[in-house]
Amino acid sequence: MIRGQQNPSGAPTKDTLVALAGLRKEFPARRRSVFGARRKVVAVDDVGFEIRTGSTFGLVGESGSGKSTIARMILKLERPDAGEVSFDGHGLWQQTPAEERDYRRNVQAVLQDPYGALSPRLRVREIVGEPLSAQGRTRADIDATVSRLLHTVGLDSDAGDRYPHQFSGGQRQRIAIARALSVEPRLVVLDEPVSALDVSIRAQILMLLREMQERLGLTYLFVGHDLAIVRYVSAVVGVMYFGRMVEIGPAEDVLRHPRHPYTQRLVSIASMRQALGVERLTGELPNPLAPPSGCHFRMRCPYATERCVHEVPALREAGDEDRADFPRSRVACHYFAEIEAGDKETTGPKPQRS
Amino acid sequence: MLQIRNLTVAFGPAARPVRAVSDVDLSIGAGEIVGIAGESGSGKTTLCAAIVRNLPRTARVSGDIRFDGRSIHAMSASELRQLRGREVSMILQNPMTSLDPLFTIGNQLGEVLATRCGVSSTQLREREVELLRSVHMTAPEERLRQYPHELSGGMRQRVLIAMAGSTAPKLLLADEPTTALDATIQEEILVLFRELRDRRGTAIAIVTHDLGVIRRICDRIVIMYAGRIVEEGPVAAVFGAPRHPYTRALLASVPVLDGDRVQLKSIPGQVPNLADLGDFCAFADRCPNAVDQCRAAAPKESAFGDRQRVFCWRTDELS
Amino acid sequence: MSATSGPVYAFWRVPPATNDRASPLPWLTIACCAVLVIAALFGNWIAPYPKEAVSLGASLLPPAWQQGGSVQHLLGTDQLGRDILSRLIAGARISLATAAAATLVSGAFGVLVGLVAGYAGGIVESIAMRIVDAFLALPFILLALALVATLGTGFGNIIVVMVIANWARYARLVRSEVLSVKQRDFVTLARIAGVRPLTIMLRHVLPNVLNSVVVLAILDVGRAIILESSLSFLGVGIQPPDVSWGLMLADGRTLMVFAWWLTTLPGLLIVFAVLSFNSLGRWLHARFDPRGQL
Repeated sequence: MIRGQQNPSGAPTKDTLVALAGLRKEFPARRRSVFGARRKVVAVDDVGFEIRTGSTFGLVGESGSGKSTIARMILKLERPDAGEVSFDGHGLWQQTPAEERDYRRNVQAVLQDPYGALSPRLRVREIVGEPLSAQGRTRADIDATVSRLLHTVGLDSDAGDRYPHQFSGGQRQRIAIARALSVEPRLVVLDEPVSALDVSIRAQILMLLREMQERLGLTYLFVGHDLAIVRYVSAVVGVMYFGRMVEIGPAEDVLRHPRHPYTQRLVSIASMRQALGVERLTGELPNPLAPPSGCHFRMRCPYATERCVHEVPALREAGDEDRADFPRSRVACHYFAEIEAGDKETTGPKPQRS
Repeated sequence: MLQIRNLTVAFGPAARPVRAVSDVDLSIGAGEIVGIAGESGSGKTTLCAAIVRNLPRTARVSGDIRFDGRSIHAMSASELRQLRGREVSMILQNPMTSLDPLFTIGNQLGEVLATRCGVSSTQLREREVELLRSVHMTAPEERLRQYPHELSGGMRQRVLIAMAGSTAPKLLLADEPTTALDATIQEEILVLFRELRDRRGTAIAIVTHDLGVIRRICDRIVIMYAGRIVEEGPVAAVFGAPRHPYTRALLASVPVLDGDRVQLKSIPGQVPNLADLGDFCAFADRCPNAVDQCRAAAPKESAFGDRQRVFCWRTDELS
Repeated sequence: MSATSGPVYAFWRVPPATNDRASPLPWLTIACCAVLVIAALFGNWIAPYPKEAVSLGASLLPPAWQQGGSVQHLLGTDQLGRDILSRLIAGARISLATAAAATLVSGAFGVLVGLVAGYAGGIVESIAMRIVDAFLALPFILLALALVATLGTGFGNIIVVMVIANWARYARLVRSEVLSVKQRDFVTLARIAGVRPLTIMLRHVLPNVLNSVVVLAILDVGRAIILESSLSFLGVGIQPPDVSWGLMLADGRTLMVFAWWLTTLPGLLIVFAVLSFNSLGRWLHARFDPRGQL
């Protein structure tokens, strides 16, 4: 079985803020019985990409794709089993304690659940000021910064004295954003930041995030499953499926002209181009404990062949010449060129038509 | 088949009631798929619960809900039990918690089939397999022996749909049925709903905040805000030419995948406190078109074409 | 999603319960507990007689409402002529003080162990929880007897015995609460912000487990009263001249047939005290635990 290699395209430029290479992460799973072999789930399998300074990288995938695990590794909450993450050229796991402290100032996060993100027993100003106090700033400094931040994210000046439970979901997310921005980070990891909010509030928060990015020159890693939202915020998009990156490239390219069959499927659903049920995927969802050999998507891919069973597809460049600011799109599929040209027959599990 | 008139559901002290649902009129005919859309505080979940009288004891309900001409409120406890699960089925939001973790799928399906459909024990196994096949479950015999935690979210939802559909109910209430599921699985579940309607004639009421889901599968859409219906009509008509400012604002705030990258427009402010409602338009504070009349009295219904209606004072001018 | 309740110790500042039942303050329960606490605190001034005042001429008087009783001694006297009412009040002081002290110390120690075990995880947690399991498995009375035989009696030693018997329950509760709080996003975000583990434990984790601890502690007061009464009854708890309800039970045991008030009254008071505190504890549990039900 030939192992594909998924390398970042070329050497990181000086514009690269975060570079990931060859990342792999496994989690132990329950053994079937006391005597059974130790089983593991490979959450992230040989993933690498770069995030450019000042831009937003959108990481898309469904549940089990590994996108949240990658976010956690970038946040140094998990340690990869293989591969490396580097920030500004320096490896994350070779940091001295002082460097780690700096890292904690440079990278912050806004998470999905606005109700769990704020400590219920603390006042809002204590919550927003916590990262600053962990960095050792003075009380006066912290207070001034917190007031300014609360105002910036659109909350009342007396919000600082209140408790989280007095705020709505959207307001809590604003508080979370204020907290993340308090230490003037360079990178903010956004893990489904609007998924738990009402539809009309999402727009408010997304616009706030965009405004903050422009004003402060922030870099975002936006993890999400809603393609439309990801498209709205991202410049570059990476699509994950079962731990592997299957397609990566400029957002407009990947989300409007997808090349990988899985991405095509996602985009087709999200854009509602076809009526419901006209074409459906069959085949099994992969079992994380026993992933299919070769390409993980082959069990549900209409174009799968023998080759897909034995050979893991590597990310290969696609698309036309280099766009001005972005690297070329890359696709991990043996046949993407043929599919794009309309020359590939559907040799895989037949989708049902109804 | 289902007729709701003047439904109001309130909680809390009489002096300052929290009106989860205010003055709602709604009807659902046989075989219709209706989407009830709204954000938090819209009252959509309470409405759903009211239909099957599944409200907490502290709820004060006024108005009339009739199912096939019979008043839901006038029913005795045993009549209600007959209704629930047989003629009216419900699917709740979280498939993880809706199944009993201690019993196998086969056991739970069997229970439904035996008690609600009166299937004899000899035929039980066969019917269980048939039921799973009808929801396109792979390897049905094996699934019967499995426990809920061994199945994925999508598979569990299929099981629940199978259970809900087994009695060929006239009405299925689905509360956020696809929210916890991945996009590719959502599609499959929506197809199941449609099949249920096509094959058994079941009417389906889907309560959700996801407008995409409604667009995919519903015939009609009902939009709720702060406990009231603000707009209703065929899906194509409402999405194509929304008449209520809230509907318009809602559609403008949802990013779309196709088309040019337009600017998102958010709705300023937030949903009002349900205890502060009264005889005025609840959306007035956030509405770009509000005038004095909007704050003076609750908007009356304006009807259009094919069962389309809007609750807005300025609908004529704004269209 | 319901709003989180505030801390138990500031229940008056907390927004109304978000479950649908109105849950008004249980005035009766609070009044009962208050009576006991007041009796314990101010007993010395309320009691008509000093607890050890012997008056052999007035021995074994029945309570005032029975024939032969007198209003001088409302609840009668014991075999040495000591006023029962005064002794009950003095006993309240000792029994409640012992119960409170034992609960506080067990709680403090148990919370400490549970907090560290739950947050640290790994081998520390495993070892700590095995020790906790061992302590939970010990039979209390036998343990108490053995300890008293080694340490001797005395107020301090009684507390030690009760703490040894009780601390493990707090540890177990706190550790499981810590495990669930640890998963919550605000703890993750604190780690991301670079807050030190000790600070996270004290600022984020501890306050969020305290609600359950306070509820357990109040329920425990009842249990502690019974434990202390049992010990005293067996003669290995509070010693004369101090008074305890359990001791009064022991004293009156032989005369039970002739003088019912010697044992019944302390016994009733034990029941009353335990019920009051248990009621309070259960109300607190229902009110503050989102999963709680009355």
